[in-house]
Amino acid sequence: MNYFLRKMGFYVVALWAALTLNFAIPRLLPGNPVDILLAKLQQRGGTVTPETREAYALLLGGDDSQPLWNQYVDYLNNLLHGDLGVSVSYYPAQVTDVIAQSLPWTVVLVGIATVMAAVLGVTLGAFVGWKPGTWLDSLIPATTLLAAVPYFWLALILAYFLARVLGWFPLQGGYDVVLDPGWNAEFIASAIHYGALPALTIVLASVGGWLLGMRNMMVSTLSEDYVLTAEAKGLSPRKVLRSYASRNAVLPSVAGFAISLGFVVSGSVITEQVFSYPGIGGRLLGAVTNNDYALMQGLFLVITLAVLGANLVVDMLYGLIDPRTRARS
Amino acid sequence: MTNLSPANEPSLVDETEAAEVARDRAGDAPRSGWRMLLPTMTPWLVIGLVLVGAITLFGIFGPYLVGDPRQIRDIGLTPPSGDFLLGTTQTGQDVLAQLAYATRGSLQIGLLVGVLATALSAFFGIYGAYRGGFADEAFSLLSNVFLVIPGLPLVIVISGFVPRESRGLWTIAVVLAVTSWAASARVLRAQTLSVRHRDYVAASKVSGEKPWRVIVVEILPNLLPVIASQFVFAVIAAILGEAGLSFIGLGASNSATLGTMLFYAQNGFALSLGAWWWFVPPGLMIALFGMGLSLINFSIDEIINPKLKNLRQHRKRARKAARLERELARATRRSRPQEPDAVRADRAKEVSTR
Repeated sequence: MNYFLRKMGFYVVALWAALTLNFAIPRLLPGNPVDILLAKLQQRGGTVTPETREAYALLLGGDDSQPLWNQYVDYLNNLLHGDLGVSVSYYPAQVTDVIAQSLPWTVVLVGIATVMAAVLGVTLGAFVGWKPGTWLDSLIPATTLLAAVPYFWLALILAYFLARVLGWFPLQGGYDVVLDPGWNAEFIASAIHYGALPALTIVLASVGGWLLGMRNMMVSTLSEDYVLTAEAKGLSPRKVLRSYASRNAVLPSVAGFAISLGFVVSGSVITEQVFSYPGIGGRLLGAVTNNDYALMQGLFLVITLAVLGANLVVDMLYGLIDPRTRARS
Repeated sequence: MTNLSPANEPSLVDETEAAEVARDRAGDAPRSGWRMLLPTMTPWLVIGLVLVGAITLFGIFGPYLVGDPRQIRDIGLTPPSGDFLLGTTQTGQDVLAQLAYATRGSLQIGLLVGVLATALSAFFGIYGAYRGGFADEAFSLLSNVFLVIPGLPLVIVISGFVPRESRGLWTIAVVLAVTSWAASARVLRAQTLSVRHRDYVAASKVSGEKPWRVIVVEILPNLLPVIASQFVFAVIAAILGEAGLSFIGLGASNSATLGTMLFYAQNGFALSLGAWWWFVPPGLMIALFGMGLSLINFSIDEIINPKLKNLRQHRKRARKAARLERELARATRRSRPQEPDAVRADRAKEVSTR
């Protein structure tokens, strides 16, 4: 079967699984989210009509008047129309609006930080693996310390030293609150200033994994015959490194993007909490503490969709850069 | 591949290698099959074992040696001193005592989740690949789906729906295990596929062995290093995951782990009050334990991927050769310039006694 079609098929299945999981979790677990949610809604001054109740029951379960299968179809239908319900903690805002507000912050932060970590780690890993036995190589095991550090603790430490002791960066928030969000230079500069610490946290915590993976692949690649041939041909070491060894060694790192992205997203959820960053992670935790189940589910769905989408793109690119994957399937 | 010794003595590296071969042939140190499975002692492995051992001992015996971690005193937020080695919290609780109990809690959940996740990945990875056909396709699809669904957000959502009073240690452990087995299962599947068609497996099947016996006796021993490495990773991931969950207040109720310590530190404004002795030790404990386990994993990696081991031995030989060469140069400078045979014999002796 065609490689691209097969991949697309897989992601359709994964998407369906994520949606179903989202449907099943509140129904399988103890507790009655709908009642808690409606009570909260009334506290906030919302009117609870039977329609509201039914809408939430579709989302979260607890409605016994309809068979499960009908609930499932209605749930999928609601999702298809982009209807995720009303957020309780940001009443009367729609869940979709809350998500749309916070999504760009996380996408930019995690996106830039991940790309930086990957480029840095892969480049360093290529050089370390290329010249095994140098002092740099003997430092490799020390990077495991960075990889084993909890994201949020690293965030606390960085915040303590760089923000509180040295005062270089602001301690909390995503931008200077006196400014109005918009596409002007002042606001963007402020956003970069505030985002530097969270980004640094993510880069530091994830660069070790990239470095190690690339270094190990580089070591394996260097003993391949084509590298020996390239050296025997008298090519300059730089050319061998760039065009022969590192290009082949980087492939597993690209393929491993799926796993690393999941880790980075997970880590950034809690990092955002430390810095009170206005992104998805902070909202998710806020939703959990406020029992805002509708927002919680919406956010989980969006995070999953984003990770699936990023993986789909990487898989498609991988099929392009490595012809062997296409030939195999 | 690369010329590691200087041009005037190109044969040194080969000679040390030859000496090793000769020693092996002479039967000085026969390597049995089991010894090949054990990692070589490197300085990094020693550091890893010491770190893991020390922290484990601290977690097991520490709680018996410290006072009550919950006792409240009227000396809130005192820096480390002789009485309280790691200072006190906002309510005057002993940080060291809390650290001891929290380390025990974190190790417990790490071990529990590590075992659960490894068992899950072994089942889905090995059994599916061994049976082949539909079971393999289904299991492989399942693990791939779990791989791309981000774990921690899922855990947060699940924990969010479970009411606080019914959120026990086992709930958290099962949730963490269910969301973390997929990557290992995929690796195990690939390994099993490569072992499955070997002759001895076929022979065992033809002689009428039951499937579970073929898997446990014929296939599993080949995968042991991989599984060991995955178990170590699973423990790290579990401790980190649990710490993250507890840090945001979604951990097991009534549990004391390093994550809950950080949760209380964060909520007690340890950061803005500058109480570093409150939030640095728990995180450092996690980081050092994780680092120790990763260092152990490095050595296990060398068993799985012998190329990494060859690299290290190659490097070791190169260093030894360089040292010998320096000594040789010194010796020739001191004595008469031409005495190659005697020096050569000397060197050979030195090599064989290392």
